[in-house]
Amino acid sequence: MKGITEAEFAQAVDSRSDKPIYSIMRSSRIGIAGLGGLGSNIAAALARSGVGHLILADFDTVELSNINRQLYTLNHIGQKKAEALPMILHEINPFCEITSLPLRVTADNCRELFADCDIIIEAFDAPEQKAMLVNTVLEQMPEKNLISGSGMAGFGNANAITTRFITEKLTLCGDGKTDVVDGVGLTASRVMVCAGHMAVRAVEIILQKGRKTS
Amino acid sequence: MVTINGEPKAADGMTVLELLSSMQLKPERTAVMIGGEILPKSDYSTALRDGDEVDIVSFVGGG
Repeated sequence: MKGITEAEFAQAVDSRSDKPIYSIMRSSRIGIAGLGGLGSNIAAALARSGVGHLILADFDTVELSNINRQLYTLNHIGQKKAEALPMILHEINPFCEITSLPLRVTADNCRELFADCDIIIEAFDAPEQKAMLVNTVLEQMPEKNLISGSGMAGFGNANAITTRFITEKLTLCGDGKTDVVDGVGLTASRVMVCAGHMAVRAVEIILQKGRKTS
Repeated sequence: MVTINGEPKAADGMTVLELLSSMQLKPERTAVMIGGEILPKSDYSTALRDGDEVDIVSFVGGG
């Protein structure tokens, strides 16, 4: 890697913006539960935007069937996602501090894992897991901003994927209905649209809060 | 009357479990908010009351 300084990286993130972004992004801390199609692409977007701290968790291993939509490359097959993703992110933004854990997020460890996060992002695949995380965070950590994704399977019009504000703290992205069990598959483009919605919301929360306090 | 995801519905007296069942939704795939507060799964057998504002998120697979 070229010897880029953090000041140079910050200047590049701030270029074309009238207000500084990097200093606010740098102080943010975001947790991502699940490092598949949503989580890996959201993490990449946030690293590019200068997020300072990412707490990542996934027990899973990269497989060939993941390459159609997840950030990994063929070289990562067989590696834990929680080990492969930080290496990719480090090549994008070496100043992002990453804690990455190869474990299953449960109702019992969720609070401890994401206690220091400003925002928690639900990026699981299975609907039961999505519901578990959303219920657990809203019950145990009602003060946290929570962003969840539901409905991004298939290849239907991307405009069906939206950002909805369910409560003050809960944002839900996706089309809300297209289920992968219906045999429609998952495509990189549509999963990335949903991941994009979720990352946009995270950045919006950080910058709005940052500008209020600065 | 109860409001379900912004729509009025005559569901007062029904439990959340009965409501979900009537909507063909699986409780293990949902998050239910009443008046903007999450309803713990252990309270899904409580009856809805007139005026309750219920938001139901039912998750689908893929990610």
